[in-house]
Amino acid sequence: MTGNNLALRLAASLSILLLTAPPSLTAAEPDELISTIKSVDKKARGNPAAARAVAELSAAEPAVLLTVLTAFGDANPLAANYLRSVTETIVDRAIAGKKKLPRKLLEAFIVDRKHDPQARRLAFEILARVDASIVDRLIPGMLTDPSPLFRRDAVARLIELAERLNKEGQADLAGTLYKRALRGATDDDQVKAIAKPLRKMGEKLDLPRHFGFLTQWHIVGPFDNTLNKGFNVAYPPEKKIDLKEKLTGKLGPASWKLYKTSNDFGILDIAKQISPYKGAVMYCTTVFEAQAPRSIQFRLGTPNAWKLWVNGRQVFANEEYHRGMKLDQYSVPVTLRAGSNTILLKICQNEQEEDWAQRYQFQVRTCNVSGIAVHSSDNSASLPRLKETQP
Amino acid sequence: MLALVLVALLVTELTAADWRQFRGNLSSSVAAGEKPPVTWGETENIAWKIPLAGRGLSGPIVVTDRVYLTSSDGFNQDRLLVECFDVKTGVRRWRRSFQATGRTQCHSKMANATPTPASDGKRIFAFYSSNDLVCLDLDGNLLWYRGLTHDYPNASNSLGMASSPVVIGDTVIVQVESQSDSFAMGLDVRDGTTRWHRKQHRFDNWSSPIELPGKDPAKSLVLLQNMVGLTALEARTGTEAWHYDEPSSRTPSSVVADGIVFIPSNGLTALRPAADGKQAPEIAWKDNRFGSGTPSPLVYRGRVFTMSGPIVKCSDAANGKLIWQLRLKGAFTSSPVAANGHLYYFSETGLTYVVDASGPKGKIVSENPLGATILCTPAIADNSIFVRSHGHLWKISR
Repeated sequence: MTGNNLALRLAASLSILLLTAPPSLTAAEPDELISTIKSVDKKARGNPAAARAVAELSAAEPAVLLTVLTAFGDANPLAANYLRSVTETIVDRAIAGKKKLPRKLLEAFIVDRKHDPQARRLAFEILARVDASIVDRLIPGMLTDPSPLFRRDAVARLIELAERLNKEGQADLAGTLYKRALRGATDDDQVKAIAKPLRKMGEKLDLPRHFGFLTQWHIVGPFDNTLNKGFNVAYPPEKKIDLKEKLTGKLGPASWKLYKTSNDFGILDIAKQISPYKGAVMYCTTVFEAQAPRSIQFRLGTPNAWKLWVNGRQVFANEEYHRGMKLDQYSVPVTLRAGSNTILLKICQNEQEEDWAQRYQFQVRTCNVSGIAVHSSDNSASLPRLKETQP
Repeated sequence: MLALVLVALLVTELTAADWRQFRGNLSSSVAAGEKPPVTWGETENIAWKIPLAGRGLSGPIVVTDRVYLTSSDGFNQDRLLVECFDVKTGVRRWRRSFQATGRTQCHSKMANATPTPASDGKRIFAFYSSNDLVCLDLDGNLLWYRGLTHDYPNASNSLGMASSPVVIGDTVIVQVESQSDSFAMGLDVRDGTTRWHRKQHRFDNWSSPIELPGKDPAKSLVLLQNMVGLTALEARTGTEAWHYDEPSSRTPSSVVADGIVFIPSNGLTALRPAADGKQAPEIAWKDNRFGSGTPSPLVYRGRVFTMSGPIVKCSDAANGKLIWQLRLKGAFTSSPVAANGHLYYFSETGLTYVVDASGPKGKIVSENPLGATILCTPAIADNSIFVRSHGHLWKISR
């Protein structure tokens, strides 16, 4: 070894020691440390204290894992990532040191659906590192789990089995498995993989209902969006929705008309079903009936700029044109009131002339935070009532 | 005190061969003093090949004896990964995962892990298309986490974001620009608090900020390039120093060499900043023949290399005079890197062209297959090339 190499190694050791020296320990209780971690916010307030708490809590024994995982439940998304880091550090050290993990407690945590889905998934991944059998043991029972990741795994297993049986000529059994898989499927790739063979088998599927798409809208327009300026112009529907009112649009008189879509993925294609307007604003409204106040998500996909109001309150807006369209492209959390909830969607088309910039369409579905459809309690209520409502 | 000085000096020497961010320590794409191989294949000059846990267009970085890499995983690309590997053996030292707090949608060719991470030699700053910014120490301990979408919920692009962070002094800087909302932000490396932020023009942009070193390191500038030009800000305060107001490319990034800023604007424009660092720079030369596609321009040994489509053009960095041009084959997303007189161009199919950087004519020295889709900009350190696909990380070494 040359003197230079020795010096470099010495320097490396010293520098690593300096960089990894633990903070002064105060022997705080895990709950206290977790509370400190949970105090981090979006402005980075609390970050230094949280970093110290992470370092101290990460040095704890594996017995603390359940406490840390349980804390995900009321942690904000940033704090949950701090807790995730703590969990992984403890587990890495335990596995490297051949220490026992609290397997039974972790498994009980995983199957208890009242815990945070991300924490349950993390616990599952931890256990899978030391016990591969839990995949076969737990995943089949997770077809209707609140965690989309668990559901996806369970659905994937059923699809794989159904495909194999179908190839082997056991179509009836395959069909049964496909239908069972559909109960848990909310990702479009899996739904497509299920729907195609089922339809070949003669099954009739209502995919818009499966996803919770809003398929009937009253639409009025076009209003002017020359140079994209209409995005921020409050045209009459933003002030009052009266489905009988005669309005004046970009091309003259405009009135609300009912449009429906039977597209599997709830796409209402303005360009094809109405007209390929350019430099245009269209307003679309429908009503969602809720039996009781509740939180849901509106999930929207569109290649066009948009604004969304629920009961007259703007809940989100995005001024992006022709950057792709995808199921669940945008997720907007909304609190509904009991009874009728008026939905107003503003969809804007720009004036680009390229072939790839001609789509003028949208899809909206309503679901819970896990992606499972939430339907209007009145099946006919997606038809807007012909009465004046305040958006 | 003497011991501390000794340690500081030794650490400086130890880390001289680091590749700490997108296109290297000074965003130059040049690895001085490194001698990586010029030929390789599936069984030749591959020191190791490691499977990865997720997708990514982000490049690897190298700090001391470790390689750091980000990936994203899951149906929605919302699982964020940071992995650390041993430079010599490829053995994974640690992996950390996080849950994205912003929008993760990307074009199918992209990934949430498209920005290359950065390091100040003590910390790793992993940034993602979802605007999650994670700071870890070199051993994987979380130091702080920012979800910038909380502040700018509309700063996203449904095709995905790509701009890589840059560390200047004790400030880490991100540039996030899209049609719907745009900003740049400087954060304190120690705790992630915001030192400054500024609204940017609302245009799609995938280029990365770079450093324009100042005589006084505390006065180094960060250069933000976008559709309306290039803005120089004091890195620590965000105070605007000067602005170049000609439209500039939105994907390839600028490069600084010998105090000249080469901007992919009007083809290529060479700017000479004023001595005081505050007055508007003068244009040394510009030439619309030297436009760039996705790969960023590279300046090496007095020559500037640009790439548009499969065509590489070599010109004199002093005056823009064309020296040679060379047609390669295929599509290129990766920016080229340079070492030991050679340029390395990784095509999207994984075929790498090694090109002689100093001859009177463009000459392909070798063509080397990896048999995988390569979209990242590789790193050079330890006389080796580190490059990743969506599935693997390679160390190409003699």
